[in-house]
Amino acid sequence: MVVSVMDLEEGKTAKIVEILGGCGVQNQLRSIGILEGKDIAVVTHHPFKGPVVVMVDGKMISLGRGLACRIMVDLTW
Amino acid sequence: MGNPNVGKSVVFSRLTGAHVITSNFPGTTVDYSQGTMCLAEERVYIIDAPGTYSLSPTNPAEEVSLRILNEADLVVNVIDATNLERNLILTLELLSRNIPLIVALNLWDEAAHTGIEIDVTHLEQVLGVPVIPTVAVTGEGIADLASYFIQDVPVPVQKNYDDEEKWVMIGQITRAVQTITHRHHTLRDRISDITIKPLTGIPIALLVLLVLLWAVIFMGEMCIRYITDPLFALYLPVITQLSDFIGPGIIHQIFIGELVHGEIDFEQSMGILTTGLYVPFGLVLPYVIVFYIFAAVLEDSGYLPRLATLTDTFFHRVGMHGYGIVPVFLGLGCNVPGILATRVLETRKQRFIAATLIAIAIPCMAKTAMIFGALGQFGLWYVLLVIAVLVIVYISVGVILSRIIPGECPEIFLEIPPYRTPRFTMVLKKTGMRLVAFIAEAVPYLFLGVFFVNILYATGFLAWLGAILAPLIVGWLGLPEEASAALLTGFLRKDLAIGMLLPLGLTAQQMVIAVTTLTMYFPCAGAFAVLYRELGLSGMIQSVLIMATTAFFVGGIMRFILIGI
Repeated sequence: MVVSVMDLEEGKTAKIVEILGGCGVQNQLRSIGILEGKDIAVVTHHPFKGPVVVMVDGKMISLGRGLACRIMVDLTW
Repeated sequence: MGNPNVGKSVVFSRLTGAHVITSNFPGTTVDYSQGTMCLAEERVYIIDAPGTYSLSPTNPAEEVSLRILNEADLVVNVIDATNLERNLILTLELLSRNIPLIVALNLWDEAAHTGIEIDVTHLEQVLGVPVIPTVAVTGEGIADLASYFIQDVPVPVQKNYDDEEKWVMIGQITRAVQTITHRHHTLRDRISDITIKPLTGIPIALLVLLVLLWAVIFMGEMCIRYITDPLFALYLPVITQLSDFIGPGIIHQIFIGELVHGEIDFEQSMGILTTGLYVPFGLVLPYVIVFYIFAAVLEDSGYLPRLATLTDTFFHRVGMHGYGIVPVFLGLGCNVPGILATRVLETRKQRFIAATLIAIAIPCMAKTAMIFGALGQFGLWYVLLVIAVLVIVYISVGVILSRIIPGECPEIFLEIPPYRTPRFTMVLKKTGMRLVAFIAEAVPYLFLGVFFVNILYATGFLAWLGAILAPLIVGWLGLPEEASAALLTGFLRKDLAIGMLLPLGLTAQQMVIAVTTLTMYFPCAGAFAVLYRELGLSGMIQSVLIMATTAFFVGGIMRFILIGI
């Protein structure tokens, strides 16, 4: 099942299958190491529309919701 | 050049011996610094560029980098060995630029520590440029790196890839040269986790900030009591003799000021050599020193990006994002570096909001010291009242500005570095540099301000202007007429203005109103100058209008609430 990182539970890991949005967003995310085929883990969701903290390749990254909901991951993997 | 937070500035300062500020968070270098080194009797000019993820800039700091690149003869691409894949995108873009390139594989020790091995020779082959592993903080590999500066580094074979090909290429390179051994969860990881999760992180953040505030106030007071006050006690006889020697007159008025009960009073005399020296060095500097030491520890440990994440929810509401904490944090020391730090924000809208809010509602150490100085006698509650009003103003002005100013508000997008133990020498060095900058920025403006005010005072201009503005001060703010001179002085130096209010015998309520208005309505001369530099003339004027309106509006409301009509 494909969902966005927003719907991934805390502490769960999944594989990134797609990054939605234009070239700008894709490159922005990729340049920090978020790209298709990588495993992404959610460290924590901040409440009240706060940011999402994820872990990719052992690096911790804070993302705003708008960015996080563009990262699609495969849960069934 | 290189990605943010890979240690470019450390490499730079190793090469040139220059003192530059480095921190464990992205965006420390917002402007470039230039240095030279001598190699085999040749002078090499080296420029430290702000961090950038790619050659298509998204903020002003990155634009600076791009400009520097276009003028370079040789580029040193500093990359983070613990993060090879991500860093290579910039390397590939640089390879297509037709400029000789050297790659410094920095944080080599940390990579080894976290179980990452990189085959350097193989990487050199694939990239076609020299690759030197370095540990800039200790100096390892730097001499090796420098030796390339006097050799002819070949221009790399130009390869142009489109975006897709680049990523495929990077994937291949990383797989070929890098081996990662799995590592266990360490104590650092656990601390990292609990400080970033909201449930545990927010209480910890509040605790950290409270301890910081308490330490600054407590240790600052200690410094004043045991170091600066005794020093000024030694200075008093000297300056008293000088005062007798000069005798009454305009020169005395400017340099020594008024005598209080026939004696010099460092807080109230208002002369350049009395109050002009005592306020910055005797009262403010101790707090600033302590603040900068703690700020440096927090920065180098890597706590600030976590704080940025925790506060993002809040800053998002006022049109910024979590990065907004960095300028606010620095602004608490002195607004000048705070406003400069707004460059880490991407859009003009965000920078305008951040800079204006700092100037209005973030009291620098000088202002904080004066708020405590003026209101301490009435009790801590009044101090807290001022702080509460400033917080409310920060939020409401922020919310309003984020609605009415056109422009985009990009979201937080921030890498959180691992915790690193701050190095004692680095903390001291950084504190020292910031102090020098503070003295260089603040003291000349202060002298100029006191000088100017004294002349205005001596010529009677201040009394005249005060009389004109008196209806506003008396009628709207509910303050005595004499207070208008103090408020006018505040155009140049707020800290002095609050000092001028002390002898007026105001009630606690009046003092709270005067102090709050003074804190908000106009930045000091130094902050004023950076506002102009960062926002341009029209931006600065808008910002100042917002400040003045807010200050008098809020002052008036407080008057009606506290004193009544």
